[in-house]
Amino acid sequence: MAEVLVYVDHADGVVRKPTLELLTLARRLGEPVAVALGTGAADTAAALAEHGATPVLTHEAAEYADYLVVPKVDALQAAVEAVSPAAVLVPSSAEGKEIAARLALRIGSGIITDAVDLEAGDEGPVATQSVFAASFTTTSRVVKGTPVITVKPNSAAVEAAPAAGAVEALSVTFSARATDTRVTGRTPRESTGRPELTEAAIVVSGGRGVGGAQNFAIIEALADSLGAAVGASRAAVDAGWYPHTNQVGQTGKSVSPQLYIANGISGAIQHRAGMQTSKTIVAVNKDPEAPIFDLVDYGIVGDLFDVVPQLTEEIKDPREMSGSQR
Amino acid sequence: MKIVVCVKYVPDATGDRHFADDLTVDRDDVDGLLSELDEYAVEQALQISENSDDDVEVTVLTVGPEDARDALRKALSMGADRAIHVEDDDLHGTDAIGTSLVLAKAIEKAGFDLVVSGMASTDGTGGIVPALLAERLGVPQVTLLSEVSVEDGVVKGRRDGDAASEQLEARLPAVVSVTDQSGEARYPSFKGIMAAKKKPVESWDLSDLDIEAEEVGLDGAYTKVVTAAQRPARTAGTIVNDEGEGGKQLAEFLASQKFI
Ligand SMILES: Cc1cc2nc3c(=O)[nH]c(=O)nc-3n(C[C@H](O)[C@H](O)[C@H](O)COP(=O)(O)OP(=O)(O)OC[C@H]3O[C@@H](n4cnc5c(N)ncnc54)[C@H](O)[C@@H]3O)c2cc1C
Ligand SMILES: Nc1ncnc2c1ncn2[C@@H]1O[C@H](COP(=O)(O)O)[C@@H](O)[C@H]1O
Repeated sequence: MAEVLVYVDHADGVVRKPTLELLTLARRLGEPVAVALGTGAADTAAALAEHGATPVLTHEAAEYADYLVVPKVDALQAAVEAVSPAAVLVPSSAEGKEIAARLALRIGSGIITDAVDLEAGDEGPVATQSVFAASFTTTSRVVKGTPVITVKPNSAAVEAAPAAGAVEALSVTFSARATDTRVTGRTPRESTGRPELTEAAIVVSGGRGVGGAQNFAIIEALADSLGAAVGASRAAVDAGWYPHTNQVGQTGKSVSPQLYIANGISGAIQHRAGMQTSKTIVAVNKDPEAPIFDLVDYGIVGDLFDVVPQLTEEIKDPREMSGSQR
Repeated sequence: MKIVVCVKYVPDATGDRHFADDLTVDRDDVDGLLSELDEYAVEQALQISENSDDDVEVTVLTVGPEDARDALRKALSMGADRAIHVEDDDLHGTDAIGTSLVLAKAIEKAGFDLVVSGMASTDGTGGIVPALLAERLGVPQVTLLSEVSVEDGVVKGRRDGDAASEQLEARLPAVVSVTDQSGEARYPSFKGIMAAKKKPVESWDLSDLDIEAEEVGLDGAYTKVVTAAQRPARTAGTIVNDEGEGGKQLAEFLASQKFI
């Protein structure tokens, strides 16, 4: 069976969920071979084996953290040369896409970015993409070289499939360009304790209607009652009410959760681009004409300052709710 | 110092974007404009130029159809010095790998110390052309910056990633891309609009860049769109006016869907 290279996104050995989703998709195409780089690479093996990685190729070197992108391209290229895979899958993060693009160019292959699904086809993998702010769905194939495909988070359900997962050292020689762009400082993001925006099953977002930074507390309270991640529209981010890392939309994160709750968000095309593929969409907005209502499964026309706290209370204290059920 | 800014002419996102019969992005029946995300690139290039003691020439470069000239005009009216339009019928249907080839050849021909581009095009949204340019040109990639400066032949910037915010540094020549967090782009002034009319716009075709037709276009593409279908409209949902019980009704809906 053909081998499929999967680039592992991990933090000091802890594998991020999108990589496990990639392993699920990779198994549709062949036998997954994982590539884990940098500090803690070998620690990823157990989680990867549980999800179907046969060997886990690892390489640790300071270059992966100290220089931008190119060392990782060098390593992935070494893995392609060692394995001759049928396809290369990379998580669709900003960095993942850059790594994949440079790799594709080096190995003379085509690249498809931001796939939301992947199937085996007679002429190689067929990737589904969601384009024009998710108003169109396309399927594409790479027609030259080894398909290099980046896949968005939440594109597949993670399935366990225990495999050998033996750790093998990958031999990497860094290129002359590897040390071109130096990382001279790094400030890690503070953890909020909430789920990752792109990985969360539920996202609760606030927009300009939230009206101020302090008011985001009511959005956070609703999110916490549901174990959800918090998102924001660009209007709320530009106003300085919430960090840019939480922005949902074209120039922020693209999310595809089971449930998306938009509060005080009008639903501009650039916002829709980042949330339109959510399974269930709910909105609270005081303007019945707001375009967000075209997308919703359930919408409340009302003031979010009344509706959101009441909803949060109901979730935290369902006894009262059973009283109001018909 | 020579700065080349890559700007793309894109179909208006608020218009009705769709595919042509050959499954390429339809550019004929839709209004286009300079990608908003590339305005940030023009802005940062102009600021780098204004903050430099050297003589700086800012060239805006686009690869696109005849109408793409509008994007160049806009960038010139913002303050860029000259423009290059790469236009050729054989470019129709070119993918990211091919576009990066054409841009790289044009950048080399124009001469550069710094290439500045946007974070992603608003139609394709790949966000990979800057990395491809760095690979092709064999120069450092300093991308997705929310802050950028150039001093003494060194480019520095801040890249806000998911896990951390990083400070980056590289020697020129280099390829930079900037995000929409890098600072609002200026509006063209009346004076700028008038001045732009007199600024030079060069037109190059594939033969000017020693590129064969087979290397680009639909036939030269490394990827092929097999199907494109409009996403079915979402079925109309339930919309309720809040009469004091809106939060409770919403909770009932969430319970019925097993979210709580
Ligand atoms: C190139 C480009 C990229 C962009 N990228 C993004 C992106 O990534 N993400 C993004 O979100 N936007 C993006 N935008 C901006 C986008 O076009 C909109 O401007 C933005 O999404 C608007 O945010 P909003 O819905 O919060 O604000 P508004 O459009 O102002 O809507 C606020 C809504 O809140 C409602 N409201 C007000 N008060 C209350 C209340 N008390 N209770 C209930 N409802 C209330 C109002 O009725 C209104 O519908 C981008 C734009 C461009 C040009
Ligand atoms: N046809 C083009 N002409 C000029 N610049 C382009 C073109 N395509 C992409 N770019 C540049 O590359 C950036 C990223 O584009 P993309 O990889 O297509 O998302 C854009 O913001 C532009 O700066």
